[in-house]
Amino acid sequence: MLTLNNIEVIYNDVILVLKGMSMQVPEGKIVGLLGSNGAGKSTTLKAISGLLKPEDGEVTDGSIEFIGQNIHNSDADDIVRKGIFQVMEGRRVFEHLTVEENLIAGGYTRREMSLSHDVDMVYGYFPRLKERRNQTAGYLSGGEQQMLAIGRALMAKPRLMMLDEPSLGLAPLLVREIFEIIKRINQEQKTTILLVEQNANLALSVADYAYIMESGRIVLEGHPADLRENADVREFYLGLTEVGSRKSYREVKHYKRRKRWLS
Amino acid sequence: MELFIQLTLTGLTSGAILALAALGFVLIYKSSDVINFAQGEFLLIGAYVIFAMLTQAGLHWTFGLVLTIAVAVGLGVMVERLVLRPMIGEPIISVIMVTIGLSSLLKAIVSTIWGNTPQAFPPFIPSEPVNILGATVGQDRLWALVIAAVLLGGFNLFFRRSREGIAMRAVADDQQAALSMGISVKRIFAWAWSIAAATAAIGGALVANIVGVGPELSHFGLRVFPVVILGGLDSIPGAIVGGLIIGLLEQYTGGYLGQGLNQVLPFVVLIVILMFRPYGLFGQEIIERV
Repeated sequence: MLTLNNIEVIYNDVILVLKGMSMQVPEGKIVGLLGSNGAGKSTTLKAISGLLKPEDGEVTDGSIEFIGQNIHNSDADDIVRKGIFQVMEGRRVFEHLTVEENLIAGGYTRREMSLSHDVDMVYGYFPRLKERRNQTAGYLSGGEQQMLAIGRALMAKPRLMMLDEPSLGLAPLLVREIFEIIKRINQEQKTTILLVEQNANLALSVADYAYIMESGRIVLEGHPADLRENADVREFYLGLTEVGSRKSYREVKHYKRRKRWLS
Repeated sequence: MELFIQLTLTGLTSGAILALAALGFVLIYKSSDVINFAQGEFLLIGAYVIFAMLTQAGLHWTFGLVLTIAVAVGLGVMVERLVLRPMIGEPIISVIMVTIGLSSLLKAIVSTIWGNTPQAFPPFIPSEPVNILGATVGQDRLWALVIAAVLLGGFNLFFRRSREGIAMRAVADDQQAALSMGISVKRIFAWAWSIAAATAAIGGALVANIVGVGPELSHFGLRVFPVVILGGLDSIPGAIVGGLIIGLLEQYTGGYLGQGLNQVLPFVVLIVILMFRPYGLFGQEIIERV
């Protein structure tokens, strides 16, 4: 459905952030994109959704194809109309608008006159938003804001929804709830999902396929079950040692303590 | 009592016209953070265009008003496209300076075409005084009040209910997030400028109908500043309430405390209110979750 072929992204004409990044998102699947801070995950999403321009970024090489169309130089609003919707990192709800107005803004590109049916559909997934429909979005809790951000994306009826770190800054219980809903959206609405996460364990638990990114390119890809077996992934992303027990930091502490003791 | 009613009605009228001019100002500030110093000149142009339509072209006032609004919308779009779009990405202060330049330019264009002498306006709204509860008020003022009230109510609905209006407020809140949901920020800016120009032009037509046309009409635009600061720079209801408060205050002080003082007292009230509510009466506070 979506194919990135060897793309290169440069910020401010000098900073090379993506260096030959390639990946594929098949229709109807959940694809995870993992990697540590600054690997270029968010940049990849912005390159797809056309949001690089306001940040002085530019796709200088390679191609981005969506359902057979080349979209790599389209404007952001065209890309949304074609069916790609990015839920930005950090939720970014419209703080001074009410919950319902946020949802309507999400459905801006829809042709239908009335969106009330879709608003009800979103409330079906997130009953908590319905309770707060007339509240100012800026005063919602972090979890509710993340629900609102996903609900806003649902309003646009996208074919591909890209989620940028939906777990950021949320309590573990809430994260689980939100991930279950993401899975339901994928199954019930037939929405393809590209999920960017730092929380590798979580992302591998819902994804059908995953890519691991490091300094601007893909270094590893595979099915979650295979990735979980990979020694490097276990060590660096899941925090497990070869034996499978949690990594011990006692040595490090011990060393520090001794050092202080000596001085 | 008659004096009170008369002052109230006059105050409401000039307040409602002020609110119309302030509405456009708030809209531009809200969506793009630009303080538009040319708002008074939009009003001036509106007044002169309808003047030309009615006296020089001899049109009926309904056509005249519709054409004036069309010209104003065109002007707004043109200003956005030619003057502001090339400034995207430049510091806000430069854009504000550009609007100051724009105000001089527009003023000069008006005086080149129509000259500098004030002229009487062929009143398109009947001005025979009517009696309300014992007070005598010009009918034109009442009509101006009604027209302004209908427009303000309409815009309020537009911003709360219509998708385009909500999108405008969304852009004001977070441009990039708005962009990510397919809202074209450029188009929203064009909307904001044309609505601002159109409301100012209608305000100009209403003022001109009462006092005639002249270059000093643009000073009316300066009075927008206390209105929007009082109401909150980024609040649409604030513009309306602020306009009415300033309009009424000017009339009451002029009527009860003597002319001259009415120029000062609104600003005194402004300072007092700002001491207690630094965001203005309805200004948006920065939301901080703790």
